[in-house]
Amino acid sequence: MPTTLDFPRDAATRTIPAGPRPLPQACKLCGTAYPASASATCEECLGPLEPVYPAHRPLPDAATIASRAPSLWRYREWLPFEGEPVVSLDSGFTPLVASPVLARRLGVARVWVKNDAVSHPSLSFKDRVVATGLNAAIGLGCDTVGCASTGNLANAVAAQAARAGIPAWIFIPHDLEVGKVIGTAVYGSRLVRVRGNYDDVNRLCSQAADRYGWGLVNINLRGYYGEGSKTMAFEIAEQLGWRLPTAVVAPMAGGSLLTKLEKGFREFAGAGLVSGAAPRLYGAQAAGCSPIVNLVERGGDTIDPVVPATIARSIAIGNPADGRFAASAIRGSGGWAAAVSDDALIAGIRLLAESTGVFAETAGGTTVAAALALAASGRFNPDDEVVLCITGNGLKTVEALQGSLPDAPLIAPRIRELEALHGRDV
Amino acid sequence: MAVTFSLPTVLARLADGQTTIQAAGGTLGDVVADIAGRFPRLAPRLRDAAGGPYPFVTYYLNDEDIRFQSGFATPVNEGDEITIVAAIAGG
Repeated sequence: MPTTLDFPRDAATRTIPAGPRPLPQACKLCGTAYPASASATCEECLGPLEPVYPAHRPLPDAATIASRAPSLWRYREWLPFEGEPVVSLDSGFTPLVASPVLARRLGVARVWVKNDAVSHPSLSFKDRVVATGLNAAIGLGCDTVGCASTGNLANAVAAQAARAGIPAWIFIPHDLEVGKVIGTAVYGSRLVRVRGNYDDVNRLCSQAADRYGWGLVNINLRGYYGEGSKTMAFEIAEQLGWRLPTAVVAPMAGGSLLTKLEKGFREFAGAGLVSGAAPRLYGAQAAGCSPIVNLVERGGDTIDPVVPATIARSIAIGNPADGRFAASAIRGSGGWAAAVSDDALIAGIRLLAESTGVFAETAGGTTVAAALALAASGRFNPDDEVVLCITGNGLKTVEALQGSLPDAPLIAPRIRELEALHGRDV
Repeated sequence: MAVTFSLPTVLARLADGQTTIQAAGGTLGDVVADIAGRFPRLAPRLRDAAGGPYPFVTYYLNDEDIRFQSGFATPVNEGDEITIVAAIAGG
């Protein structure tokens, strides 16, 4: 397989509209303020930057939001821009699927699956963060975008950059699942496979962003990119009828999603849009890469990095940037975290598919398996209403299920052979 | 031991604009101390009040995260390359 591809011939000639104005940023640790820029690191303490929203900006009511187009931009007042977005206008607003079977398995009142496995355009929740990251790149004048990725982000950047006509450099570990490699290369981006794991790829990209001034969405645009994750919380609240669930379970890689779920629920509560207490947040990781679960369990505020060893590659980040913030959000919400084996996450994929009709990738299997583990350890109440965040599509990681599903019988096109099978199954 | 120390742009302004610095020392901690002495404004960005690396900063000795080695006590060899990278985001 080639490691690089030429850009589409017309990519450089397309007209990219002027973007929205990204908001200024401030350091999440020391509070130092910065003007809007393609930078995610505080010059004073090297902490992460995040956007600063105007304190008294006008906010819409529920009816106004509900009247808008069904995309993540219906919540644009909580996204980090002044002015209208210009690309990726139709991502978000994925289904919230009730699962009575899973509710019985978890021993709770209700379970819903937030199904970002069918996110547009690239079948993972990364479409949300790329939508905001790409608009930030355009607004800041970046002429090239890109990312370091475990696969889903690569798919999302490649797809959305291709549609926007922006050149993209995408860096992935050398051993990603075939579906994620093909699902990136097909869009014509400059795809580079790097010898090493995701942490190695990310290190290279940090240096590349520094050297070339590219807009790497999860590196130097991370403050703007991460805000897109909040829309998963906004949608859950709206789809439940403007109320909050009592518990949410989500997979953890870099840890950002957990922190943004907490922020999203908090922002909607602060705006008076929802009823109910803030949900307890639960994090899920594979046992072969569980630095955030380890931190939740032992306490403290410093991640001990690990070398990933799991088939759940999309969440195999051994040195998670937002790990301490995710652990803090989890503990602060009254939630907890669980790590599950690769066998358990495969069983989780199958259970979700067989019970709910949703085919998740390995991260989704991890989430379901962790929910089962948390239920078994008494973390849920019988009256809980639980949302499981399914962040990616199982068709991207079919390798994980090889050998774990029964072989389909092969028969001749004769009715007696079918009758033999039917009788045997009955 | 003479080594090469690479800084991200966000720190280079505190080292007279240099993104690559030649430094010396027997351990990574010695190298950091050498640079801290030569660039006092950079010093508090390289190590915290207790003398260790900040949690949001990863030091790589060649291609290895020093937290998988001996931290600032990790020995360095002639010609080694040390890189500082801010914490790693999801992907």
